[in-house]
Amino acid sequence: MAQQTAHEAAHHEHHHEELGFWRKYVFSTDHKVIGIQYGITGLIFLFFGFTLMMLMRWQLAFPGQALPGIGGLFQKIFGDKMVLPDVNGHPGVMTSELYNSFGAMHGTIMVFLGIVPTAFAAFGNYVVPLQIGAPDMTFPKINMASYWSFFLGGVVMLASFFCPGGAAKSGWTSYSPLANITDQVPEFVAAHPVLGLIFNGQSMWILGMVFLITSSLLGSVNFITTIIQLRAPGMTWMRLPFFVWAQLVTSFLLLLAFPPLEAASIFQLMDRVAGTSFFLPSGLIVNGAQIHISGGGSPLLWQHLFWFLAHPEVYVLILPGIGIIGEVVANNTRKPLWGYKAMVFAIFVLGFLSFIVWAHHMYLTGMGAAVSAFFQTTTIMISVPSVILLTALILSLWGGSIRFTTPMCFATAFLPMFGIGGLTGIPLAFNALDLYLHDTYYVIAHFHYIVAPGTIFAIFAGVYHWFPKATGRMMNQFLGRLHFWASFLFINGIFLPMFLQGMLGMHRRWYDGGASYDISKAIVWGLSGFDWNKVISISAWGLGLAQLPFIFNFFSSIWYGKAVGRNPWDATTLEWLAPSPPPHGNFDHAPEVHRGPYEYSVPGAAQDFIPQSEPTSPTAPAAPALAH
Amino acid sequence: MEIPYTLTARPDTGLYNAKIGIWLFLASEVMLFGGLFSGYVFMRLGSEPGYWPHGLLNVPVGTMNTFILIASSVTVVLAWASLKMRQFTQYKIFMAMTILCGAIFLIVKLTYEYPQKFQHFGVYIKKDALVKYEDYLGNNYLKAKNLSPRVEITGHLHNKEALTDPNVKEYEIALDEVNAEPTNPQSDRPHFWPKPVTEKIATIEKSDVQYASVFAPRHSSYFAIYFTITGLHGLHVLGGVLVFIYFMLPVSTRLYRQNPEHLANRVEVAGLFWHFVDLVWIFVFPLFYLL
Repeated sequence: MAQQTAHEAAHHEHHHEELGFWRKYVFSTDHKVIGIQYGITGLIFLFFGFTLMMLMRWQLAFPGQALPGIGGLFQKIFGDKMVLPDVNGHPGVMTSELYNSFGAMHGTIMVFLGIVPTAFAAFGNYVVPLQIGAPDMTFPKINMASYWSFFLGGVVMLASFFCPGGAAKSGWTSYSPLANITDQVPEFVAAHPVLGLIFNGQSMWILGMVFLITSSLLGSVNFITTIIQLRAPGMTWMRLPFFVWAQLVTSFLLLLAFPPLEAASIFQLMDRVAGTSFFLPSGLIVNGAQIHISGGGSPLLWQHLFWFLAHPEVYVLILPGIGIIGEVVANNTRKPLWGYKAMVFAIFVLGFLSFIVWAHHMYLTGMGAAVSAFFQTTTIMISVPSVILLTALILSLWGGSIRFTTPMCFATAFLPMFGIGGLTGIPLAFNALDLYLHDTYYVIAHFHYIVAPGTIFAIFAGVYHWFPKATGRMMNQFLGRLHFWASFLFINGIFLPMFLQGMLGMHRRWYDGGASYDISKAIVWGLSGFDWNKVISISAWGLGLAQLPFIFNFFSSIWYGKAVGRNPWDATTLEWLAPSPPPHGNFDHAPEVHRGPYEYSVPGAAQDFIPQSEPTSPTAPAAPALAH
Repeated sequence: MEIPYTLTARPDTGLYNAKIGIWLFLASEVMLFGGLFSGYVFMRLGSEPGYWPHGLLNVPVGTMNTFILIASSVTVVLAWASLKMRQFTQYKIFMAMTILCGAIFLIVKLTYEYPQKFQHFGVYIKKDALVKYEDYLGNNYLKAKNLSPRVEITGHLHNKEALTDPNVKEYEIALDEVNAEPTNPQSDRPHFWPKPVTEKIATIEKSDVQYASVFAPRHSSYFAIYFTITGLHGLHVLGGVLVFIYFMLPVSTRLYRQNPEHLANRVEVAGLFWHFVDLVWIFVFPLFYLL
């Protein structure tokens, strides 16, 4: 810190107005503070969403048995209606309603409150302006509004757990007509006609989503404008670090894909509050009686609008991750990214195609063979740019003298596991196979391999990689290794068996792990009574424990980590030119860019990396002005 | 710390920051209204014959509102041009006219168009009871002329207690002209000038009614999507008006004194948004009022 203040004193040409605590750390307009706010909130939500799943895994592995140790507390939090006693009278068995709401909220929280804020917003906010040599984002106040809108969305989602009837239970996809008619507690609605319609799980879910959509709109406008307008002199498009490209395409996906879900959310809210029938067909029977509605709506409309967002959303989840991995791989292999231009073009094709594949989630709806054939074709097409990206990253390892730093450990593990996730998706692209695999654990395993060992490992790689920039201190390497190996082991213990369960036909929404289904005995217990559910659950709890070294490492390194200078990784991109941590305004002088992003191991160069800001012929310093 | 290109254009892109920002925002808005209009398409294609109403909205009033919005789009450009020419008084006049247009649009919607709908009442007759109300529906006549059937009887509800009291077994409705004289050839097509409710009262048994409601969002797919889209459009108009009012406040006058180009940029960006809101109405008007 002393070092940094000295720098500030030495270099600041304009005087610095000292901001109070609130403006500096809470309602800050500095992109780095907002990035850190996003990061910490996002990581907390990731752990919270994972905790929901760890509780659900108890119910799957040991159905009907009370949670050990925390059962009483659990019942106090969620109430007697949601948590029941077991046969021996010990409290702590979750009801199917609670299980369903945990499932829906796990998905919602992980996707919209965990991964997007962390991978996209946190790293994007912190790193993008630094990498392009900008002093801040173009619209700092809008940036702050984006974070606080996200935060409010999170609060609304969490509050929905404590509404009468509990949180949303219709899955993270909130399919209508189920999601239109659930969660309203009749007594509560009768007592408070207006509040009763709004303060219930599904309505709160919709309101929370509206905040989150607003947040991502504000964020993505900001990112795109920043990348277009605030690139430093000399930072031409093909000199942008790959991470910036990934963020640019992701921003476009968020900008254009989210509004249709907003439209759908408004429709669903109208259905729930104003009594319309956007998603309710004529003659709908609920609980044995025809419900009193005008009818004439279309349940498929919800699915179309939802997946029009939610398929590009999948790429929103993975592209920033690939961007982070690109940075980490180039830096730690000490060579340029293999096929940088091909990767840039691939990411654009991927972004475009992601808008026309959405209905491959809907093969089972009976939307027709012609429509299915179209979406089957585009889905197979989109695997081409995805494979280009992964191949380029793998080939980047070729012939490199790899430094296995902690971020590189996560990056190397990312490549094969993202590969597994991607390749297991190809069977799902085919209509005929999907009819069988739809809603089984195979699907769960497939997309979790993309987002959990994929994106979340990329997030960890990013945290370890940029931590020294944000704090001026390194994270502990031993704890990092411990975190990595334990996570790697357990995460595969969770998701590999799921492929097997899924292919044998286990359904993703079975509340008791299949215990009440005769058909499932062979699936779950399989040969010789070996219970995959228990293996998966124990691995999940192991994965939870494996995060403890990370949490400890994260906080202790802020104060006790090894202090480092500006460029501890010997990296080339502009963020390493700024002081660690960078002050408000980022750079000592406005940087200029003279070369591409990954000039590692250039033959004949004095060292094995040449920063982007280095003038092209370092031996002859920039020629003095000739004109007099 | 200064952020570059807040006021002046970046040479290689030719744009200042906010202008890119607003165009991106509008792209997102296009997707939002695209989603809403796709809802319209689904609702309309999914409705059975006779269930998508025509001629329930007041076309002359809608036309007037359309021209008011178009006029406001012109005045906001004139306001911006006045700022560029540094004629502040003229700017204020044009800006005030813009605000006035937006306000008239909203007032007409909220105090005339919407309340008129809430007073109107419609009952959908069950399929097997349609014959019973042939006098009000005229389906034989329509079939002979190869027109879509009528399944709904509309007008003003005479006995309001029928809505709440389960002991009242029928609705008494002062009929719209189309149901009062269903075989009148003048009612084959929707009227351009809306006709007042007649004095003829029909009695409809509740047991023959499939669904009954005032013209609120819950009435039908048509009114659901009508109120949703025009409501959101109205919120956009309100947002635009509030921003324009901000441009008339003393803070903006101060900004003009310090940096007139900054205020001009703000008006330009808000004006782009305003044109978009106008454009959405250009789609809304024919889709709901005319088609």
